[in-house]
Amino acid sequence: MIEFDRVSVTYPDAAKPVLHDVDLRIDEGELCLVVGRTGAGKSSLLGAINGLVPHFTGGALTGEVRVAGRSTAQYPPRELADVVGVVGQDPLAGFVTDTVEEELAFGMEQLALPPAVMRKRVEETLDLLGLAELRDCALRDLSGGQQQRVAIGAVLTAHPRVLVLDEPTSALDPAAAEDVLAAITRLVHDLGLTVVLAEHRLERVVQYADRVITLAGDGTVADGLPGPMFEHAPVAPPVVQLGRLARWRPLPLAVRDARRRAASLRETIAPLAVPALRRDAGGPRRPVLRARAIAVRYGELVAVAGVGLELHAGEVTALMGRNGSGKSSLLWALQGSGPRAAGRVEVRGSDPQRLAPAAARALVGLVPQTPADLLYLDTVRAELEQADRESAAAPGPNARALLDRLCPGVVDDIHPRDLSEGQRLCLVLAVQLRATPQVLLLDEPTRGLDYPAKRALIRIVDDLAADGRAVLISTHDVEFVAAAADRVVVLADGEIVADGPTAEVVVASPAFAPQTAKILAPLPYLTVDQVAAALAGGAP
Amino acid sequence: MTGVAGRRRAGLHPIAWWVWALGLLAAATRTTDPLLLALILAVLAFAVAARRTAAPWARAFRYYLILALSVIGLRVLFRAVFATGAAAGDHILFTLPRLQAPQWYSGIGLGGPVPLEGLLSAAFAGLQLATLLCCIGAANVLANPRRALRVLPGALYELGVAVVVALNMAPQLIESVQRVRRARRLRAGRARGLRRLRAIAVPVLEDAFDRSLQLAAGMDSRGYGRTAGAPRAARRIVAGLLLAGMCGLCIGLYGLLDTGAPRLLGLPAILAGALLCCLGLAGGGRRVRRSTYRPDIWGVRESVVAAGGVLCAAIMFAHLGYDPAALTPSVRPLEWPALPVLPAAGILLAALAALAAPVPLPATRMRGGVARLASTAQVST
Repeated sequence: MIEFDRVSVTYPDAAKPVLHDVDLRIDEGELCLVVGRTGAGKSSLLGAINGLVPHFTGGALTGEVRVAGRSTAQYPPRELADVVGVVGQDPLAGFVTDTVEEELAFGMEQLALPPAVMRKRVEETLDLLGLAELRDCALRDLSGGQQQRVAIGAVLTAHPRVLVLDEPTSALDPAAAEDVLAAITRLVHDLGLTVVLAEHRLERVVQYADRVITLAGDGTVADGLPGPMFEHAPVAPPVVQLGRLARWRPLPLAVRDARRRAASLRETIAPLAVPALRRDAGGPRRPVLRARAIAVRYGELVAVAGVGLELHAGEVTALMGRNGSGKSSLLWALQGSGPRAAGRVEVRGSDPQRLAPAAARALVGLVPQTPADLLYLDTVRAELEQADRESAAAPGPNARALLDRLCPGVVDDIHPRDLSEGQRLCLVLAVQLRATPQVLLLDEPTRGLDYPAKRALIRIVDDLAADGRAVLISTHDVEFVAAAADRVVVLADGEIVADGPTAEVVVASPAFAPQTAKILAPLPYLTVDQVAAALAGGAP
Repeated sequence: MTGVAGRRRAGLHPIAWWVWALGLLAAATRTTDPLLLALILAVLAFAVAARRTAAPWARAFRYYLILALSVIGLRVLFRAVFATGAAAGDHILFTLPRLQAPQWYSGIGLGGPVPLEGLLSAAFAGLQLATLLCCIGAANVLANPRRALRVLPGALYELGVAVVVALNMAPQLIESVQRVRRARRLRAGRARGLRRLRAIAVPVLEDAFDRSLQLAAGMDSRGYGRTAGAPRAARRIVAGLLLAGMCGLCIGLYGLLDTGAPRLLGLPAILAGALLCCLGLAGGGRRVRRSTYRPDIWGVRESVVAAGGVLCAAIMFAHLGYDPAALTPSVRPLEWPALPVLPAAGILLAALAALAAPVPLPATRMRGGVARLASTAQVST
């Protein structure tokens, strides 16, 4: 169905090709997972399938890509629209019309299908993806999961034979991601669609893959069955890491398979002492931020309804909850820059909302969901110098020293937009830390980070806590929470529904339990590192 | 796909509303009678109040009203300030101090006596212009602009989609500005003036560019701009026809308006230009191959609404059954404007016709993500 014949892709001004001499065959009806680190060329590989690379992005493509017998050299993306459907990461950015029904029809109108056919396919697609009740809704008013399903439906109506998905669930909470993935697997099984999928959160998708393509990062590509491929893949979900650690062959990919294999492992580690999930902060817990009865309202909509919260020095707290449960609103209200209808916040004896912005950020620092909103200068150096000027009164190391500690090796003269997601996050973090706040709030920092970048973030967060800061992180990523947080607060409909140590809160909920906990239950292990430490310590 | 099944559930064909509103507009161009103009305004407001939907673009009528009021105000103010003199026997309301303009600029004088008659005629002319504005506003509010664009001829389809995309981008841009402004507070930027503008403009524009690129890539992959493979020569012929047609229209308009121009430049040139444009659009439409999902259907209701507007205009143009002089009330001598019966009845007929349009369904809004609402909420500083 898809053939890559000695394909190399080189972008202008790039020293070496991002894809080098790639030979690949993807057969009809396969769900094919593309795995690789950030910047390894996943998006280029996906874009080459329908000719967006190089027709739209520029650069040079040598060799030939054929889809259903058509070469992308002769057919630009628009002429392949009836064969390949492409869904991006941010569905809202790709919508052309304003209601669900018209969006589903847009692609078919371009293909000049007769009205009767269009009408029939729209109804079928509405049913297939469970969107029938939303048909007249404005696209902007839908939740993230609904928007993503509309985006998939909008390309499906053209009856493509290949569906290309670039990180379709990265912005979604676990339940919404399940919805979208269930829809995708149904398409593969029922319609025989060929699906090519790239995703950072491998733990969500690995079990559905028929085939895996790994990008090593040097432009080369390997492909094969998931089991053998994951033995050496550069990134791997916890279930695979645990399998590698326990030397299970063939490697289990689903929690269910791993659990059946894990009986002996459970027996081995049951008598061993469970290593602490995280280093103990030590000493009595000293609250640095006290919030009482915080409420946030937008018109009639209550986003946060009377939340009381204490954050302690040296403690990392994770804030979880589905999309729209009020996490962001709570963070902004705690920092004092967002609206707050009722309640009070106290940090070092004062309420940040009543202070001038400069004083408020010296008490509570916030890194917003899109960190780039804070950056506006041409180079990293200019941003860092500006940060030093903004916080000239604050003691402590300058912004450059902070950045070097968070993320060594960011050069001065680069434009902030050219940094990777992880580096940009560190830059904004350095800017905010320059004001020496005792409380740091991070809004969805794990979005767009691959496993190594997440591990680096865990180390950074640990260091911040070790310095005696209180850290609050809102996130959907349960694996990250298991490894990074001392405490978990779960928000639903603007109220706190659970608050306690990570191990207790996370394991109690099926939606939030990390893979390791599911495999090793009832043993209280949450991360693969814990298991490794137990085995190493327990060995004679 | 005929009959009820293919029909959209809500709303009238957008063209019907445009014909209705343009009919009232044509009627308004024929009169400066403040009573008739006020009646037209009342009819517009009535139709908007009774038949607009809950969509965001349907809430814009008040802005047209504000614009209309300011047009009248400006017109009167200018008439008072820029002295145009007063005829003998005028009622002088007050006298502004006269400013002597320099010699080389003696064409316009400032100040002087302000007659009631002058102000009134300015107010009537302003009211006429305001009514025209409100006619356009009512059409925009009553007819979904996106659906109105769908009836554009095929050759202009791409232009129509560009407008729709722009309409979608506008709220996103506002959202983005608010998000960045709030984020600026996090960094406590004390910058003023240009630097402050830059701190907001740079992230917003970067965001907008990113979105535009993503949208363009998405539209390309979904088949937007597929051609039926028209050869280059054919495309050039189409472009040439359109260009020549536009030139013809411009020349013709000039010929009509300038009484000194030769007659050949008037109507014949307009007709020739229109013909060339139609040929160009038809040729260009063949090049674009696409179809329309659930097109709007022209039914009885549409005919009734459109006929209401057309009839109203026809009465104003026909000058039958009433004294045409009644349409332009005299200010010298001052007299109470008349309300000619037949034109007034025509305008009220248009109001009745508007009632033939279906009552819009109440809005069904889904509850969206709170985080997104949070980002659109105003910053409380």
